[in-house]
Amino acid sequence: MNPFSYARVTTPPAAVAARTQQPGSYFLAGGTNLVDLLKRGVVVPEKLVDITRLPLTAIEATPTGLRIGALAKNSTVADHELVRRQFPLLSQALNAGASAQLRNMATVGGNMLQRTRCAYFYDTSLPCNKRVPVQAGPDKGQPNGPTGCGALGGYNRMHAIFGADAGVAAPKCIAVHPSDMCVALAALEATVVVVGPKGERRIAFRDFHRLPGDNPRQDTTLGADELITAVEVPANELAAHSTYLKVRDRASYAFALVSVAAGLQLEGTTIRQARLAMGGVAHKPWRLFEAEQFLRGKPATLATFQQAATLAMKGAKGYGENDFKLTLAPNSLVEALTLATTPA
Amino acid sequence: MDINPKNQPVDRVDGRQKVTGSAKYFAEFALPRTAYCVIVGSTIARGTLDQLDTKRAAAAPGVLGVFTHLNMPAIPGWDAPVGGQADGPPPQPTAETYRILRGTKILFDGQPIAMVVADTFERATYAASLVKATYTRQTPKTDLNKHLAAAIAPSIPWMKDYSRGQAEAYKTAPVVLEADYVVPTEVHNPMEMHGILAQWTSPTSLLLYAKTQGVNATQRAMAQAFKLDPRNVKVHTEFMGGGFGMGLRTWPQETAVVAIARQLGRPVKLVMTRSQMFQLVGYRPHTRQTIRMGADATGKLVGLVHEATAETATYEDFTEGTVNMSKFLYACPSMQTRYRLVRLDRGVPIWMRGPGEATGAFALESAMDEMAHKLHLDPLEFRLRNYSETDPEHNRPYSSKNLREAYERGAAAIGWRNRPATPGSQREGEWLVGYGMSTGTFNAMRWQATVRVVLQADGSLLVQSAVTDIGPGTGTALTIIAHNVLGVPLDRIKVQYGDTSLPPAPTQGGSAIVSTVGSAVFDTCSAVKQTLVELATRPGAPLAGHQAEELALADGQLFVEAKLATQVAVAELLRQNQLASIDKTTESKGGPEQQKYSFYSYSVHFVRVRVNPRTGVVRVTKTVSVADSGRIISPKTAASQMIGGVAGGIGMALTEEAVLDHRFGRYVNNNLADYHVAVHADVPEIETITIDKPDYLLNPMGAKGMGEIALIGFAAAVANAVFNATGRRVRELPITLDKLLAVS
Repeated sequence: MNPFSYARVTTPPAAVAARTQQPGSYFLAGGTNLVDLLKRGVVVPEKLVDITRLPLTAIEATPTGLRIGALAKNSTVADHELVRRQFPLLSQALNAGASAQLRNMATVGGNMLQRTRCAYFYDTSLPCNKRVPVQAGPDKGQPNGPTGCGALGGYNRMHAIFGADAGVAAPKCIAVHPSDMCVALAALEATVVVVGPKGERRIAFRDFHRLPGDNPRQDTTLGADELITAVEVPANELAAHSTYLKVRDRASYAFALVSVAAGLQLEGTTIRQARLAMGGVAHKPWRLFEAEQFLRGKPATLATFQQAATLAMKGAKGYGENDFKLTLAPNSLVEALTLATTPA
Repeated sequence: MDINPKNQPVDRVDGRQKVTGSAKYFAEFALPRTAYCVIVGSTIARGTLDQLDTKRAAAAPGVLGVFTHLNMPAIPGWDAPVGGQADGPPPQPTAETYRILRGTKILFDGQPIAMVVADTFERATYAASLVKATYTRQTPKTDLNKHLAAAIAPSIPWMKDYSRGQAEAYKTAPVVLEADYVVPTEVHNPMEMHGILAQWTSPTSLLLYAKTQGVNATQRAMAQAFKLDPRNVKVHTEFMGGGFGMGLRTWPQETAVVAIARQLGRPVKLVMTRSQMFQLVGYRPHTRQTIRMGADATGKLVGLVHEATAETATYEDFTEGTVNMSKFLYACPSMQTRYRLVRLDRGVPIWMRGPGEATGAFALESAMDEMAHKLHLDPLEFRLRNYSETDPEHNRPYSSKNLREAYERGAAAIGWRNRPATPGSQREGEWLVGYGMSTGTFNAMRWQATVRVVLQADGSLLVQSAVTDIGPGTGTALTIIAHNVLGVPLDRIKVQYGDTSLPPAPTQGGSAIVSTVGSAVFDTCSAVKQTLVELATRPGAPLAGHQAEELALADGQLFVEAKLATQVAVAELLRQNQLASIDKTTESKGGPEQQKYSFYSYSVHFVRVRVNPRTGVVRVTKTVSVADSGRIISPKTAASQMIGGVAGGIGMALTEEAVLDHRFGRYVNNNLADYHVAVHADVPEIETITIDKPDYLLNPMGAKGMGEIALIGFAAAVANAVFNATGRRVRELPITLDKLLAVS
């Protein structure tokens, strides 16, 4: 990695100011992804702004739900009594992610901002439309790699089946967002609280991550000078019937091929409300709005789940090695809904 | 004598050192003024290096040298010496030549194009990132599947085509199976990174801290490369964080580091990166196999053909015993094997645990399961009907074979009777359940080693051998052998190993070390015992008049077995004779009986799996592995070794595959997050059983190897269990869930 400067800040405004003053700077929190990116030469910073001392670690009940500080550790959130009781979906999703060691380091804010695990993004000798080219020059590293999407026509077992071609004639990037936590937060309709030079802003979770379109370099709608301070999760009636199902190539420490966050509110055997999101299938946590709407008022039966799964797959497209996800994704949705409605 | 009458479960003698961090691995050795070397690898797999800009790297802080094809110091001997011995001859040079940092031709992805040396590892790493290369790219050939037509027969006699009986007799059988099986490229991925620390202690002498499975092999290779007297090359590898075969040869980058250390006049250390571990220290080669098998209505094999085609480099032919076990495992009158290579733009493979046979067993033992299904026979019964009582390949007896008992005990332990006869018919909740089994086998060998044993007047014992302990517990086994021959208490025995200053031993590999070095310890301790007996029974000595056969040793006492009271302390005996010690060094190897018998170890693996019918997820829920590997010296470390083999086998079966993007000839999962070895959550209860019957034809302890057989065959057992659970036959490893989607 290249030589860079390092600054430690202790207040959110100071963090924002430090980053605003120096465009080539990055926030450092748990570092579980950023350090990888530095070592691989994907991120070539001029400065790291260490935000780990900011007072943003609280997890607290609010009149409308739960507020989680951006610097709360993944493992702390997963094990928190309020989270386990009221938002088991979030707890399950967090515990499905990474390894115990990584969850002990990773923060909630950092988890939301982790970059894709696409192999082409990490190898600067291979083509990628998502890597930001770096200008050559003293201590600025090399231009980091050719453009184009390596995964198209290449190794795309892990890649997107939804949304890569939205708004463009042909996909420029088929990478997926790797987080488990965010899939649960999407289903839970969380709100992201951020602060920037102009003050605080609130972003609905569904609008926080974006599809690649013609600008795959941009993962989120967060401004370059903004800092995530908290996530708010509204209270819900889904706790009794929620499941996070992560389908992957090994039982732990592997990214999702497909994951499903399913939360249902049942009245007897009738579905009053459904919240569904998938991971491992798109450039962002993929909400299944149409399937949710279909399930409302329907009986919680296998036939209903299968119909919902068919609806959920509208617009899905495989790119070769990930074609199996066109079968795996609906099957996983049925499996998750079955688990969510099976008495423990 | 029985080498371990009490079957003591002895703790690993170096366990405390390993878990407390006091065991020193090569990279932990510190020498004054050490410089750090970082490799810059090619990012193309085939072509030419046009320009290499090293100016910025050379000017970076702390940089001591940037070595490329333009300024690489000379290596007077040849610079890619090959050592090692696991399962066949070393890789053979072809018409193409690979010499590190010589010329501009790129033969494989990751080929070193520069080695950057600086005063710290971090500065070397940064400077390496500043080296800029431009290439003329050629389309790389890295896909075995696309170049099968270019397959060649290796020129190595050991690998020639084999035939007995009638050619293609399988075709005449009433029931015929023809199927292709694929094992992908797999990478050893030990925890410890590869590398070397080299210091020239004089213009003609070298000190090396290496990651090698054989210090003597590295010593010979470096002496040859630098035209030194081997006695002036000292190599130290006491501990290794996993070898699995990747340390079976001296790799070119190690030799280059030695040359650079001489040029710079200071010690140089290389610790490779994880991604370089995929490129520069070998791998299990991607291999396609075809099995053609015919059986009659009584379940007897009529004919068998086993063909394998494996990838290798353009510059060396690497071969392994992929088709070997098919020649003798079953009593099949007619059989043929063929082994072919495809030279690709790849680094050269190397033996990986259970080399060759692990690949071959996946094909043979999957096919046996398939044929059993066609015959409506229980797959265990089918194997028993074709059990070979003598070696049909060499027409000679087996030295020992207790495979039948292994089958019986394994079947009982897994509950084989619960296996559903009809695939896809048993469930646990919504999950499908299945049982599978397979057989593994590997040569049981004994090579040559020298051991020194020193019995001190205070009753303590020193045992010395250059052998490296790559993790199986060699030091523990040698301690137990010495303890049982000489009766010295375990805590008074010190085994020194892993250094060329000690008596020479072969490279740790091929499951041959307990048989080889253990026998040398046995023989040398026996010579010490002989001297003790002579001293004790001389006229006037404490046990005068007694015969050697009457005497035994235990707890530091030499005594008459029939009369426990008649004894003398070993320490006392030495004092009486005014001896400071009894010091013996002997060379030990197998005798001519090794030509009269066929020597093999055997394993049987039974597994139970669950398969999710919606998602295709496979979970191994129980395994039983049985080893027929002669007398067990160290029950505890033997069980550990089997457990490790099974964990590796689960990875081979379900998750491990090194993936290349053939457009670039470059790995796209070259890290431990994306290359999936089995993690704890993938590994269920593992039951291990040892038959534990001595084979005294191989060595005086009756011990045979078990490192390889712990893995060999395991993947087939899983594939067979998955078939039993789902009715879906997966012939291409790993058995990932996409191959099982919608199984019900």
